[in-house]
Amino acid sequence: MQTTFSLGTIDWTIILIYFVFVLGIGWALKRYMKDSSAFLEAGRSLPAWVTGLAFISANLGALEVIGMAASGAKYGMIIIHHFLIGAIPAMIFLAIFMMPFYYGSKARSVPEYLKLRFDEKTRGFNAFAFAIMTVFSSGISMYALALLGQVIMPLDIDWNILGLHIGEFDFYLLISAMIVLVYMVLGGLTSAIYNEVLQFFLIVIGFAPVVFIGLKEVGGWEGIRANLPENMLHSWKFAGNAADNPMGVNWFAVFFGLGFVLSFGYWCTNFLVVQRGMAAGSMSAARKTPLIGALPKMFLPLLVVVPGMIALALTNLGTLELPLKEGTMVTDYDKVIPMLLMRYMPVGVLGLGLVALMASFMSGMAGNVSAFNTVFTYDIYQSYIRPNKSDKHYLKVGQWTTVVGVLVSIITAYVAKSFNNVMDFLQLVFAFINAPLFAAFLLGMFWKRTTGHAAFWGLIGGTIAASIHHGFTLPVGATAGVKGGFFGLAHTYGSEMAQNYWTAVYAFSAALLLTFVITLLTKKLKTDDELKGLVYSLTPKVRDDSKYWYQKPEVLAVIVGVILIILTIIVW
Amino acid sequence: MGLDIKIPIGLMFSILGVILTILGVVTRGDTEMYEQALGYNVNLFSGLVMLAFGGFMLLTSRLFKKKKED
Repeated sequence: MQTTFSLGTIDWTIILIYFVFVLGIGWALKRYMKDSSAFLEAGRSLPAWVTGLAFISANLGALEVIGMAASGAKYGMIIIHHFLIGAIPAMIFLAIFMMPFYYGSKARSVPEYLKLRFDEKTRGFNAFAFAIMTVFSSGISMYALALLGQVIMPLDIDWNILGLHIGEFDFYLLISAMIVLVYMVLGGLTSAIYNEVLQFFLIVIGFAPVVFIGLKEVGGWEGIRANLPENMLHSWKFAGNAADNPMGVNWFAVFFGLGFVLSFGYWCTNFLVVQRGMAAGSMSAARKTPLIGALPKMFLPLLVVVPGMIALALTNLGTLELPLKEGTMVTDYDKVIPMLLMRYMPVGVLGLGLVALMASFMSGMAGNVSAFNTVFTYDIYQSYIRPNKSDKHYLKVGQWTTVVGVLVSIITAYVAKSFNNVMDFLQLVFAFINAPLFAAFLLGMFWKRTTGHAAFWGLIGGTIAASIHHGFTLPVGATAGVKGGFFGLAHTYGSEMAQNYWTAVYAFSAALLLTFVITLLTKKLKTDDELKGLVYSLTPKVRDDSKYWYQKPEVLAVIVGVILIILTIIVW
Repeated sequence: MGLDIKIPIGLMFSILGVILTILGVVTRGDTEMYEQALGYNVNLFSGLVMLAFGGFMLLTSRLFKKKKED
C-alpha cells in the first residue's frame, strides 16, 4: 500500500506560493511595527471578522485537526461535543460577560487582569505557567509537522553542515521554524492573526473536496450509518450511561466536565484565544469576536470529524486499511487525514490539501509564540526584570522574545523526539494547572469580596486536586504512569477523554470551594474603587456602539445559541 | 492595522485558483488521473471556487474601494 505522497511540480508550486504569501504578509506589516502595542497587541485595531476567524483558527492547529479526525474514527459522533456544548456556550459567555472586563480594563493580557483583580502572586503563577506551556505547545506543533513531513513527503535529504547531520526531520523542523520566526519577528501578533485567517480559508477549501469525495464513496450519510455501530452515530442518545458509548462518558461528565469546566476554562481564560479578541478595534468588535468565531466553529466537524467517520466506514467496508503505530499493534488513527488526502486527491488539489495541513501546523506554532511574546514581555520582563523602560525598549524585547521563543520551541521539539514521555508528562502538568483557572475567574468577576490569597490558594489547591484524581484513576487498558494510577487505582474510566473530563470536574470543584472558604477567612485588600471595571457589580454596563440592532453582540449571541440548539437536536 | 488582509488573501486564492483551473481544463478528460477522485475533475471545481472567493475578497478590499473614491 502507498504510504507516501508523490508530489508533482504543480503541488510544489502551490506550496511555494503559500510560503511567499506568508512571508510577504510579515514583510508588508513590518513598517507598522512602531511601538510595543502594535507588535504585541496588533495595535488593538483589527475588524471583528478577522479576530473572530483567528479566534477559532488559533485552536485549529494541526494537533487539533489531526486529533479530531482521529477521535472521529475512534469515538464517532460523540466527539462533536467538542464543537457544540464543549465550546459554544463558553464563547457566548466570553462575549457577553467577560470580554468587557478584558477589553475594558487596562490589562494587556490575561495574567495582567489577574494582577489587577487579585494580586502579584496570582499573576506570577499564571504568567510563568502560561509562558512555559506556550513554548512547549509550539515545540510540539513543530515536532508533529517535521514528523508528518518526514513520513509522507520524504525528500531524501542527508546533509552534513559543520559536522551536524541534517536529515529530513531536521530539514522540515528547521525550515518551518525559520518561516514562522521571520514572519513573527516582522509582523508580531498581526502576522500571527492574519496567517490564522489565511489558514482558516485554506483548511475549508483544501479539505472540502476530500470530504465530498469520501462521502460519495461510502454512499453519503446513509453509507456511514450502515457501516458504523449505532452508538457511534449519536452525540447524546447514548450518553445516559458511560458503558453505552464508545467514549465511556456519561451525560454529567459531558455537560459539567467538558461543557462547563474544560470549555469555559479554555475559551474564557486561555490567553492564546482571548488575545485574539483583545486585538480587536473596538469593544463591540472584541465582544463579537467569539460569536463570529462560533458560527464556523459549529460546522467544522464536517471537515475534521466526518473524515474520521468516513475512514472508519471504509475500514469496516474493507476498502481502506489504517496503518498501525510503528512497532505496535495499535491502529494509528492520526493518519486518517493524510490517508484520505492520498486516496482521493490527484496532483493539484493534493498540493492544496498539504498546504492546508502545513498552514495549520505553522499557525499552531505562531499562535503560541505570539501569546508567549506578550505574556513574557509585559508580565515577566516588564514586571520582574526591567520595569520602567521606554516603549521602544519593550518593542525590541518583544522582537527578541520571538527569536528566543522559536529557539526554545526547536529545543522542545527535539526533546519531544527523544523523550516522548517527558512531553506527555508536561502536558499533563499543564492540564492540572489549567483545570481550576475558571473557578478563580468566575468568583473574581462576579463576587467582589473574592480576595487575592483565596484565588491563589484556590488555584494551587485545584491543581493538587487534579493530580490526586489523576493519580488514583486510569483509562481502560492503560498501565500506571503518565496515564494515571501513580498513587494507586480507585477507578477505571472508559477512555482517556472520560478521565480528563472528571479530572476537570474535581479540580474545578476543589478550587471553587477553597477560594470561597479562604475568601471568607481573609481580609479584602482591594477597595471597590480599585475593582471598578474588573468586577461585574462595580462596572458600568457597556453601551454597544453598533449602528444597527442586528449588529449587536447580544443579538448575534441569540442567533448562535439557536443554531447550537438546532445542531444539537440534529446530531442527538 | 494598515494592511488590509483581504488583499493578500484575495491575491493568493486568485493565483492558486488560476493555476488549478488551468490544470483542470488541461487535464479534462484524463480519466486515469481523476480515477482516484471517483471521476470528478476536482482541480477544475476547486480552482473555480478559489477564483470566485479570491475575486470576491479583492473586490471588497480597500484596494478597490480607494480606487472608487479617487
